[in-house]
This record gives sequence, structure tokens and C-alpha cells, in this order.
Amino acid sequence: MGVAIVVLSVLAGVSGLLLGFAAVRFKVEGDPIVDKIDAILPQTQCGQCGYAGCRPYAEAIAAGEADINQCPPGGENGIVALAELLGRDPKPLNPDNGIEKPKRVAVIDEQNCIGCTLCIQACPVDAILGAAKHMHTVIDRECTGCELCLAPCPVDCIDMVPVGQTITNWKWAYPSPVSEARQPADRAAA
Amino acid sequence: MNSLFPFHGGLKTVRHKAESNQRPIASGILPKRLVVPLHQHIGAIAKPLVQPGDRVLKGQRIGQADGYISAAVHAPTSGVVTAVDQQAVPHPSGLTDLCVSIEADGENRWIEREPVDYRRLHPSDLRNLARSAGVVGLGGAGFPSAVKLNLSGHCERLEQLILNGAECEPWMTCDDMIMRERADEIVAGIHILAHLLEPRDVLIGIEDDKPEAIAAMTVACAGTGYQVRPVPTHYPSGGVKQLTKLLTNKEAPLNGRSTDIGVQCFNVATAYTLHRAINFGEPVISRIVTVTGRVAQPQNIDALLGTAFADLVAQCGGYRDRVERLIMGGPMMGFALHGDEVPVTKATNCILAASAEELAPEQPAMPCIRCGACAEVCPADLLPQQLYWHARAREFDKAQDYHLFSCIECGCCSTVCPSHIPLVQFYRYAKNEIWAQEKEKQKAELARQRYQARLERLEREQKEREAKLRQKAPPRPAPVAEASEADQLPIEAAVARARPDRATAPADAPKPPVVVAADSAGQDG
Repeated sequence: MGVAIVVLSVLAGVSGLLLGFAAVRFKVEGDPIVDKIDAILPQTQCGQCGYAGCRPYAEAIAAGEADINQCPPGGENGIVALAELLGRDPKPLNPDNGIEKPKRVAVIDEQNCIGCTLCIQACPVDAILGAAKHMHTVIDRECTGCELCLAPCPVDCIDMVPVGQTITNWKWAYPSPVSEARQPADRAAA
Repeated sequence: MNSLFPFHGGLKTVRHKAESNQRPIASGILPKRLVVPLHQHIGAIAKPLVQPGDRVLKGQRIGQADGYISAAVHAPTSGVVTAVDQQAVPHPSGLTDLCVSIEADGENRWIEREPVDYRRLHPSDLRNLARSAGVVGLGGAGFPSAVKLNLSGHCERLEQLILNGAECEPWMTCDDMIMRERADEIVAGIHILAHLLEPRDVLIGIEDDKPEAIAAMTVACAGTGYQVRPVPTHYPSGGVKQLTKLLTNKEAPLNGRSTDIGVQCFNVATAYTLHRAINFGEPVISRIVTVTGRVAQPQNIDALLGTAFADLVAQCGGYRDRVERLIMGGPMMGFALHGDEVPVTKATNCILAASAEELAPEQPAMPCIRCGACAEVCPADLLPQQLYWHARAREFDKAQDYHLFSCIECGCCSTVCPSHIPLVQFYRYAKNEIWAQEKEKQKAELARQRYQARLERLEREQKEREAKLRQKAPPRPAPVAEASEADQLPIEAAVARARPDRATAPADAPKPPVVVAADSAGQDG
């Protein structure tokens, strides 16, 4: 009886120490699920989800405050990826947050820009270059297409331009069996 | 040890070599206008160095290599630059790319050519020379040779240097002809390669349907120790991995490079251009192009880069009847062009005007019957069925689990598929999608970093502003400075409570509370 008590106490003590050590040694800073959600989000930082940026939205999803279908730039693929990560069922994009659009970038009409810096202050990724009373321009490689610069512009000189197809971003199309089957017939007709 | 080690799979293909290898290499006519693309290689596009109106000499650099994996571009003849703009280039998309258009003046005046003695040059200077002379792989991929000439970090000692003269694609004979006619100059180029890479053995692999080329190379290599190795005519023996396996029985690890196993491989025509670049100071401004198929006189032409395909076809007597499709490259790995007004680039090894007879008849794709014929012929030892399955279902990560990126797109599987499934098309599609996703991810990462940096900047600026305000205003305890009406009441109460005590204290003691009260009153006013 005495031996059993001693053995169990020692075991409990050792396990306690181990757990305590592990808690200190393997402490995880922050919430890893937020990082995983944030990695799926497109980082457009547009705020269409109702949060100040992608990270705040990721935090809200992790906390259960936001749904997974509030990100229009992420689109259907993003929702599916989030659903897979969180073990939920995918659902269609919430139309209140906007619609999925093809990728676009902001372009400033430099003739009309008055150099007010309002768009510079609105840009969430500092992708607009310029100074007060000097012309501004968008660094297209860094523009996420969030459209946040459109509203503040007092002279409406910013346009969203679709990213055109170039030889560098061109992709082989999905081979459709139907068109494969049709091709010779088309040629015969032509 | 002259034994060969067959690779898995592969095909016996129709050859069609005799059409174009009966005539000697013709020199290309000088067209009036040359359109020289600035992106003729794998890697970053060359930076243009000229503007419309500039006079250029033959061999003058018109595009500068931009970064490590890039190559320079040169004027193929003397003349005037008429435009630096987007022009149609030979690409499966039919899209345009940045090109320099040159109006030839007909004088063909060279720049000052400066041959160098490569034995006296530092290896890194020699590599830079190759880069600025625009030397890239001429087998079709156009990978900058200077990069492949730098072994540091890949392997300590090169075991085998392989010269690729296999030319396994049907119809194509440009390597065959250059080996027949310019074997000595190829060997001179191999000397430079061997000087830089110091390989133990130099092996030259040539398919055995080219006896003249084998004979010419054997004569040229006499006394050099370079070994000419005929390999069986079996498609795709000209693939780098397949030729390496054939000649050395070595296989590069998955996702590895051939240098990991001590092998480096160059096309024979690349060795020739390296020789011209170093020993003659002539940058790469032309290449040998096979023009074959349904043209009046199929032949090989030493064409200036930037010559329109239509001009080359005209030099061969024009099209014969019923050309169904114009293909750049061979029928197995080439791609259909959208027109013949596109310029010759360093990657243009063959122009094939194909009729319906030459093309595999296109038939509607039928369901996969899991016969496994594709896996039997796959020279990369992959499972084409699985790849097809996952690519079709857009399950790209699963396709990558089956080593999608080891696929060399040789076309063997599509050729043998009894259901006529365009398998290679699916792999190309999946690869492109994966690359696009990768790019997208990198862009998102950049946006994330910039967003974080902006938040930090805003916070820092806020703090700085506060610090400045504090500096400007006279130093006061912060809570008092921001005291509001509501805060004031407890303070006054405390002061009132303190007064009776203070009355008993020495006469000068009550002063500080009064000062505080006055101060806060002043703030409110």
C-alpha cells in the first residue's frame, strides 16, 4: 500500500514536471490557426470583408466572429481552401461583401492628378508613389487592386485597369475534350 | 567502356530526316527588316540599349543581360533601329513581346571584333564574356550557357561533359548538318567548355541514323581524347536525362540537376557559337534553322536572328500545297504558330510546314481505359495516367506528388494513347496553373509584408508626432494636462480634504496644491 502511494506520487510528480517543462519549452506565441487562415487570404487588404485588413479578418474567422465567405478577391477558390482548413462546408460568396472580379490594378491618370496625397494615405500597401503637389503614380507590381484609392481621389483620376495577358503570364488552356473533338470539323467547315 | 545503358520507354518514330539533310547549309539572305526579340532565352528579358533612330553595327549589343539568368542580344546586321516595341514572336500564345526592329543598310559592317585567348582568362571573366556574347543553349530551350558553366556549389569535379548531337526529333537536321560541315569548329568550342569545366571525360552523343555526322565528328576529335558515342535512334534519346542515362548510366535525383551527379550537357551548336564568340569575338547573331515539310526545297539555312519565317520559307521556294499547320520545333515537342510573320530566335531549331499527313490525325478524346501504354513509353519513368487524372481534376498538389515537374513533355504518351487523350496538354496546363499559383502566392506575401510595414510605419509616425507635441508644450505631468471636468472633481475634493491638515502645517506648505489647482484651471480655460 505504502509502496503504491510512493510510486504513484513519484510518477505524478515526474509527469507534472514534464508537462510543466513542455509548457514552457514548446510555448506557442500567438494563434497558429490565424497564420494558416491569413496564408490563404489573398492579402489584397481591401477591407471588403468588413475588417481593416486580411489579418484582422483572419483573426475574426479564428475567433468565430466572421464567416468564411466574406472575401471577394479570394473568390470561390479561397472559400474552398478555408473550408478545407477549418473542416467546414464551403458556401457561396456573401454578395453583401462584393463579387469576385478579374484581377485589376489601379492606374493614375497623371495628366489630371493634382498631387493631393489622399490616395497615398489610403493605399494599404504603400504602392502609390508621390509627394504633396507632385504627380502620383501607382507601382503596378505592388498594387493589390483593392480599390481603396478610388474613393478618396477628389478629381477621379484613378482607374482600375484589368491586368492584360502578356507572354509572361500567358497560360496553356485547359484542354477541353469537346473542343478537341470539334477542331477537325471546324477546320473542314472553314 | 563503350557500353550504352538504355533508358526506360521511348518510341521509334518516323524520321523524315532525308528531306532536309541532302543539301548543304545555305546562308540566309539578308532581309530588309529584322525584328530581334529581346527575350530569346530562359530567364529575365534583356534590357534594350538602343532607341529608334540609332545606327547599329553588325554584332553590336542591343540588349543587355538583366541579372544572372539572362543573356545579351545583338544586332544581326548593320542598319538603323526603326522601333523598340511589341512585335509578334514565335510563341504558342501568338502574343507579342518586346523586340528591336532594324532596317538593314545592306553593308553588313561589323563592330570591332576582339578575339580573346581563353586559356589566359579567369573562368569568371570567360563566363561573363559568354553571357555578354549572348551564348545560350541552342537545342531549343535557350538556357543561358554562362550559368551552366559555373559549377561552384553544384559539384566539386565534373565527371562527364556531354555534347548533345542526338537530335532525336523527327524532321529536324540542323545539328546533323552543323556536325557534318563545322565539326572542327564544334571541337574548338568543346575545348573552351572543357577548359572551363575540367571534366574527366568528354562524350559526344549522336544518334546512329547520322553516319556522316558521326564520321565527321570522329575525324575532328582525333587526338583530343573526346569520345564520339553513337546512340540508338530511339526517341527521346536527345533529352538531357535520357542521353545522360544512355551514356553514363547515371540518373539525376528527383528535382535535382545533372551537375548533382557530375554531368553537364551542351548542344553541339552551342559549342560552335561559344567558339565563334570567344575565338572570333562574334556574338550570337545567327543560327542554323531546318526549314522542312511542305516547302519546295527543304534545307538548313544559317539564318540571321530576326529573319521572318516567311522569308526563310520563300528562300526554300515557298510552301507546297495543303500546308495545314506551321510548327516551330519538331512534331513531337514543337508548337503550332499563329502565322509566319514571326522572327527567328535562338530557340528556332526547325520550321516545319506540316500537312494533315504529317500531323497525327486529330481525333476526339475518349475516356481513359487504363491500358497503361503511356506508362510503358514514358522516358521519365512517370505514371502518365495518374498525372492525367489529377491534372484533369485540377488536383495540382496530387499531380505534383506524382512528380509532374519531372515530365519533359516529350509527347510519347500522347502519341501512343489509344483514346487520343491530349495528355501533354493536360500536363502543360497543370504546370502553368501551379506556376501561376506560386506567383500569386509570392505576390500575396509581398502585399502582406508591405501591409505590415505600413502598419508599423503608421504606428511609428504616431509616436513621433506625440513625442514632438510633448517637446513643443512645456513639460507637465500627462494626466494633469489631459484632466477633464470629471477628473477635476476628485482632485478638488482631495485638495479640500487636504486643506484642514495643511492649515496646521508650516505656512509655506499649502502652496503646491494651490499651484496644481491653478494649473488645471488654466488648462480648462
